Amino acid sequence: MLHALTLILVCQLIGEVGVLVTGLPVPGPVIGMLLLLGWLFLKGGVPESVGRVADTLLAHLSLLFVPAGVGVLVHWERLRGQGAAIAAALVLGTLITLAVTALTMAVVTRLTGRSGGDHG
Amino acid sequence: MDEVPIAAIWVYLAASPLLWLSLTLVCYLIALWIYRLGGERPWLNPVAIAVSLLIALLLLTRTPYRTYFDGAQFVHFLLGPATVSLAIPLYRQRERLRALALPIVAALLTGVLTAALSAIGLGMLLGASPETLVSLAPKSVTAPVAMGISEKLGGLPSLTAVLVVSTGILGAVLGTGLFRLMGIRDDAVKGFALGVTSHGIGTARAFQVSPVMGAFSGLAMALSAFVTALLLPPLVRWIGLGG
Repeated sequence: MLHALTLILVCQLIGEVGVLVTGLPVPGPVIGMLLLLGWLFLKGGVPESVGRVADTLLAHLSLLFVPAGVGVLVHWERLRGQGAAIAAALVLGTLITLAVTALTMAVVTRLTGRSGGDHG
Repeated sequence: MDEVPIAAIWVYLAASPLLWLSLTLVCYLIALWIYRLGGERPWLNPVAIAVSLLIALLLLTRTPYRTYFDGAQFVHFLLGPATVSLAIPLYRQRERLRALALPIVAALLTGVLTAALSAIGLGMLLGASPETLVSLAPKSVTAPVAMGISEKLGGLPSLTAVLVVSTGILGAVLGTGLFRLMGIRDDAVKGFALGVTSHGIGTARAFQVSPVMGAFSGLAMALSAFVTALLLPPLVRWIGLGG
């Protein structure tokens, strides 16, 4: 448990420092994710404790967005002032992105003749 | 005499991160409880309910966001390690990933570009300021990554965080209904589209539908965070926005 948590934090730390040093345009945690992925491939599997810590973090992923969401308070004036533009970008942008991504994947999957996962 | 102890306790609590950290967790648990009680309907999104409860509390107690965040930052911090943890579902799905490499790459690239360009285009059309446009552009990516991109391009990271959460909630609420209308039934496709569009909040929703949908959503979220971080800065500068 402690080892797994340390591993995850150290991956993030190396990622953050690496981004600072190299000036890569990618945020540190993303580099950390790639490092951990590389480590898993080297190991040839997911150690049980690492899997458990990651699953716990990801199981409550939506909780982690709550503090940022409450920040809507700070931006209330701007959100109201440009309300139409922001609402359109949010609602229509989300619908368009969902539809385009799903269609592309469905069409290319059919063209390459493979079925993705379970149908449900 | 009666009011003094309560005031003293309030003064103590208001200065400690413990109060708002605890209330963040309590409000989230209440939101989950409401969500389950309501039959897990997508529009009863737990993040939206928890955020509304906390805003009501902050307004009632006249607490500034900064004070709230002093406590809530401990929860917020975990977004980084959670992003790193995405390596695990990615690794577990490596076989599927290999088998579906082509559809995944195609959907990933079109999805990432559509997310950024639809946000910038619609915002521009309706007169959003350049600062708002840059803050909108990365809204489909998970919060720590989106905030990093926004900051690098001269946007407002905290505004981006709000837009990221809103996009997540919208995707989680509208996604399954839209897929039904479009006649899309493959859980891999549904999960991937939800993850590209609505990052972690979409992924949380996807896991409630099925493990396959959740895994593909997590995969999409991780891949799109990476691709967006690479593609968006040059794209935004090419459009003539950002610093």
